[in-house]
Amino acid sequence: MKKNRLIPVLLLKNGFLVQSKSFCRYQNLGDPITAVKRLSDWASDELIYLDISQDDSYDTRREDHGHPNRSKFIDIIRDVSHNCFMPITVGGRIKTIEDIRTRLANGADKVCINTQPLLTPEFVSLAASKFGSQCIVVSVDVKLKEGKYVVMAHGGKVETAYHPVEWAKKVESLGAGEILLNSIDRDGMRSGYDIEMLSQVSDSVRIPVIAMGGVGEWEHFAEALEKTKVDAVAAANIFHYFDQSVFVAKKYLFEKNLNVRPPSLIHSGHGGVILK
Amino acid sequence: MITIIDYNMGNIRSVFNALGDLGAEVIVTNKKEDIDKADKIILPGVGAFGEGMDHLRVLGLVEVLDDNVMKRKKPFLGICLGMQLVADVGFEFGANKGLGWVSGEVKKLEVKNVSLPHIGWNDIAKKRDCPLLQNLPDSADFYFVHSYHVVPSSADVIAASCDYEGAFASVIHKENIYGVQFHPEKSQKAGKVLLENFIKI
Repeated sequence: MKKNRLIPVLLLKNGFLVQSKSFCRYQNLGDPITAVKRLSDWASDELIYLDISQDDSYDTRREDHGHPNRSKFIDIIRDVSHNCFMPITVGGRIKTIEDIRTRLANGADKVCINTQPLLTPEFVSLAASKFGSQCIVVSVDVKLKEGKYVVMAHGGKVETAYHPVEWAKKVESLGAGEILLNSIDRDGMRSGYDIEMLSQVSDSVRIPVIAMGGVGEWEHFAEALEKTKVDAVAAANIFHYFDQSVFVAKKYLFEKNLNVRPPSLIHSGHGGVILK
Repeated sequence: MITIIDYNMGNIRSVFNALGDLGAEVIVTNKKEDIDKADKIILPGVGAFGEGMDHLRVLGLVEVLDDNVMKRKKPFLGICLGMQLVADVGFEFGANKGLGWVSGEVKKLEVKNVSLPHIGWNDIAKKRDCPLLQNLPDSADFYFVHSYHVVPSSADVIAASCDYEGAFASVIHKENIYGVQFHPEKSQKAGKVLLENFIKI
């Protein structure tokens, strides 16, 4: 039987791993590759890597520790794919078919697109026809406005006319393979997922929906899997706070008889970080 | 030396990384002389059946692979689309002729209540002993991404199945030819065990 997935999301801002609150406050958590190595060892089911930088400056120099200097996001993807034997989804600042091609060529298995489809919905069908639906994830950022759910564009800054259910159905019909559904109101709040929104969207599409936004305790993962039809549960911040976080979270879900892979720890053969 | 066939069908880097990490001597190539020198051959790939065969034809690889796999009997592992291409015919975007090494057809998964593509971790059920499945538990989880599956003419070649609203062939084995519908290079511990088994064949 197909398992529900537990997916750590890594937010990258100008080359650094950050934690996020309400899509606007960011705190530096350090080197992205080291984090990937950890998450891989704790047997995450998948990784989502989102570049939320507003400009092109990257600086992850850590000469004190002999870390490699990576000047571009692509370099980071390449190193990430060297360090984990699990599927990687890469998102952020994807505007063209060429942007997708570059990411896939450098080790991404799927790409995550957010704003471009809202500007030109045909971008989804074009991308799906070029690379296959299986590698096109559309992320949908949602905010409550006067009691109504509204899809937001441009990293949560610009309101659109779409209700998330309507938008999810539309991207599904255009050929999206999965939907990453994020609540801006819950981002960084640790109060749990917006279950109502997850239910509405996961009831209305057949493609897998990945829940995101608001996890502060392991129970929140269980709640989404028990009460909604989401296929996967994702979170960012919580996975960076605890040692063996993914393992512990999965153990919790597994022992609750939820449909996840058994928890496991992997000892990778190589030293982890590839130093070139 | 293991040769990974590069025919512009998807993410080959991760297969290369995984084998390299296991200490195998491995090259990525589409040159006849490299393939002729190889001890073992891996055909990876993500994408449509017809396009995959077209790429192999344009690169002049169909005869080279036929010679190395069918005549010289080198161990061969097809991954995902690479597994599907060993069948006689594929029905993705019309009927397309395959390599025809393992008699069978490639058809779309027939599901009603679950989503397509079949994306995610699913367990496989061993059907018989197979060198590729040694040291793996009976229901190991692997990572799948596909909408089509191989329907072999003879069930004897099915080494393991997988259930997604009905069973389909997840591992096939006929003499020196092995095929896996999932992605061992993305399947962490279980994937590494399987690739290690292939290296040891």
